[in-house]
Amino acid sequence: MDALAWHRFQFAFTVTYHYLFPQLTMGLALLIVVLKGVALRRGDPLWHDAARFWGRIFGLNFAMGVVTGIPMEFQFGTNWARFSSHTGGVIGLTLAMEGMFAFFAESAFLGLFLFGEKRLSPRGHMVAAVMLFLGAWLSGWFIIVTNAFMQHPAGYTVAPDGALHLSDFWAYMLNPWAVWQYAHNMTASVITSAFVMAAVGAFYTLAGRHREHAAIFLRVGVVAGLVACILVLFPTGDQHGKLVARHQPAALAAMEGKFESGQRAELALIGQPDVKNRRLENPVVVPGILSFLAYGSFGATVVGLNDIPEDQWPDSVELLYYAYHMMAGLGTLFILVMGTAAVLLWRRRLEASRPMLWVLMLAFPFPYIATTAGWMSAELGRQPWLVYGILRTVDGTSPTVSGGNAAFSTLGFMGLYLVLGVVFLYLVLRQIGHGPAAAEPAH
Amino acid sequence: METAWYFLIALMLAVYVVLDGFDFGAGILHLFVARNDEERRTVLGAIGPVWDGNEVWLLAGGGVLVYAFPKAYAAGFSGFYMPLMMALWLLILRGISIELRSHEAHPLWRSFWDGVFAFSSTLMSVVLGAALGNVIRGVPLTAEGYFAGPLFTDFLPGPHAGVLDWYTVLVGVFAVLTLAAHGAVYLAWKTQGPVHIRSARAGRILWPAVAVLGVGVTAATAVVQPRLYPSLVARPWTWALALGIAVSLGVVLAAARRNRELPAFLGSCGFIAFLLAATAAGMHPNLLVSTLDPAFSLTITNAAAGEVSLRIGFVWWSLAMLLAVGYFAYLFYSFRGKVTVDTRGAGY
Repeated sequence: MDALAWHRFQFAFTVTYHYLFPQLTMGLALLIVVLKGVALRRGDPLWHDAARFWGRIFGLNFAMGVVTGIPMEFQFGTNWARFSSHTGGVIGLTLAMEGMFAFFAESAFLGLFLFGEKRLSPRGHMVAAVMLFLGAWLSGWFIIVTNAFMQHPAGYTVAPDGALHLSDFWAYMLNPWAVWQYAHNMTASVITSAFVMAAVGAFYTLAGRHREHAAIFLRVGVVAGLVACILVLFPTGDQHGKLVARHQPAALAAMEGKFESGQRAELALIGQPDVKNRRLENPVVVPGILSFLAYGSFGATVVGLNDIPEDQWPDSVELLYYAYHMMAGLGTLFILVMGTAAVLLWRRRLEASRPMLWVLMLAFPFPYIATTAGWMSAELGRQPWLVYGILRTVDGTSPTVSGGNAAFSTLGFMGLYLVLGVVFLYLVLRQIGHGPAAAEPAH
Repeated sequence: METAWYFLIALMLAVYVVLDGFDFGAGILHLFVARNDEERRTVLGAIGPVWDGNEVWLLAGGGVLVYAFPKAYAAGFSGFYMPLMMALWLLILRGISIELRSHEAHPLWRSFWDGVFAFSSTLMSVVLGAALGNVIRGVPLTAEGYFAGPLFTDFLPGPHAGVLDWYTVLVGVFAVLTLAAHGAVYLAWKTQGPVHIRSARAGRILWPAVAVLGVGVTAATAVVQPRLYPSLVARPWTWALALGIAVSLGVVLAAARRNRELPAFLGSCGFIAFLLAATAAGMHPNLLVSTLDPAFSLTITNAAAGEVSLRIGFVWWSLAMLLAVGYFAYLFYSFRGKVTVDTRGAGY
């Protein structure tokens, strides 16, 4: 592996691991606001217990997100110095704003939320929960705008020395790519938290413990889950896909395993890409649908990889294809799972349906897989570009950091994160084992 | 305009050291001033609700550095690759040790994380000090605007020095001493009982040591970076900063001896803030000095982002800072007073 490969792998590994935590944090922040809102309105101690229980899980999860997030801000400089030097004049804006607006709010109100329940009034504590939610979702916005610029540059000019400078604040901030990417990403985050909440509710119900709290977890998880599963596909996923089709045709072709260009392009449901021979093996296809989905008309032409120069292909066609198909496939299954659970819930038969509860309990890892696959699609699809059409990945690395140094730091991160992951799982599982019984607030 | 951003970044990093500095100080002293579980929880309770927000000043300051001086950010972070990776791991260990330590009742678990907290806080203080030493001394920046800094070469601060040489190690040791002293007066202010007594005593021992070593570091700095003090002397307004260092040091030394808790802490904050401010004023307009050739140095002019960006920044930065100060005032006010530990409940 050369230095470039180590830099890419380190960033991919650290950001994938990091994002396991914020995707739960952001969705859970919203659900906790819901739990506290209902608790305050009804004065129901069960809902207060529920909010406190998930608040404890939130605290653990948030801490992991923070410590694994710091390396990300540093890594733009340490491993991708030419990228930072070249584009910092634009993306520095959102990186700085994330720290200044979102992180200050989140960190201040986290302390108040976790340890201030006794010191603050009930309304004050609710304010802390709402500020946490807003801070987390604002963080997401700034990061997405940064990535959206890399996918679809907007609001910039090129300075005489070649560096990119910000020219239009609103064009950069309200990049149409960012709007749909954000909506899609945040909806997915709600899916993750909904599945986790429903899984814990299902577990308690199957085990015959904390039944009343479990009923709350199931209700909130399934309702939020169903709404989010639909929205993540339509309109957010659909619109995001249309942006890819319009502005990143090579990515679309690779994601769909399309080698031949044509009108009435077929959508492959399954099939293994054989890149050397430029075909899909054992494909199962739906005719015409891809043209319609991508461009709104069956007569539209979808360009295949055969008609795109190879130096413009994403460099891991197979990985991109599978990442995308995993995301879409899982997304479809999520709708089925939450839809069925919602019908049972509506009929008041969910708590008695053990098969459905088993499905809900075991399903929680899959949104994590789907989200990771989705981000892999985005980042692999953007290749070979670091900033689409402007800077290639190969030209963005740090010139003075050797492969040996990058290998060392990658191994260091992998080891540390393995240990942290084990510790985190142990503590969360123990927290779930204790349950939401009417525990006193921490402070 | 570039100078304004230089000042704002220096301000944010100084605030970071003042705030997270007492978190590190608490960590350095943790095993010494707290000898049983309740006392350990007291120390952690004193910094628990605020350490994360304090750390954000580093991220926000770093973010603004990317924003205003991207070339300096790129060169600095890639050049200091290995020390930064280690700093990241230390920050991770520090944060996790605080958050997870009291989640499990087993004494071995708690002792383990207490040790990690102390170890990571101490080493991180060395890193911060060495980082400052490197910025003062300069690094081997080339004409391309990048440098590669091995961890050490021959420990001499010549043109091809590594990250660690006798000077930067000295500044690192000074940082440990200063942040420990800073942590001591913070803990004396925020705690009562045995932890308070031991912290106050630590402060009375450490602050005179800081004063003595400070003289040594000042002299060493004159040798290693001959341009720093003449630069300060040439700008009379900076003499107020030097005066501030001396006055603050006087305040903390006197207040520590008389157990005046809040004045001691404020004096300590002032000492660190004025010290960093004077350093920043002396290094201006350089962001990263080249030890190979002054022409290769990164300055606020050749490393700056575009004008549109820098100008817009004043608007959103001011708004964000206003909000942040508001949040922090509310946060510190909500957790005012001496720490009380509820050993039954979950938390710090």
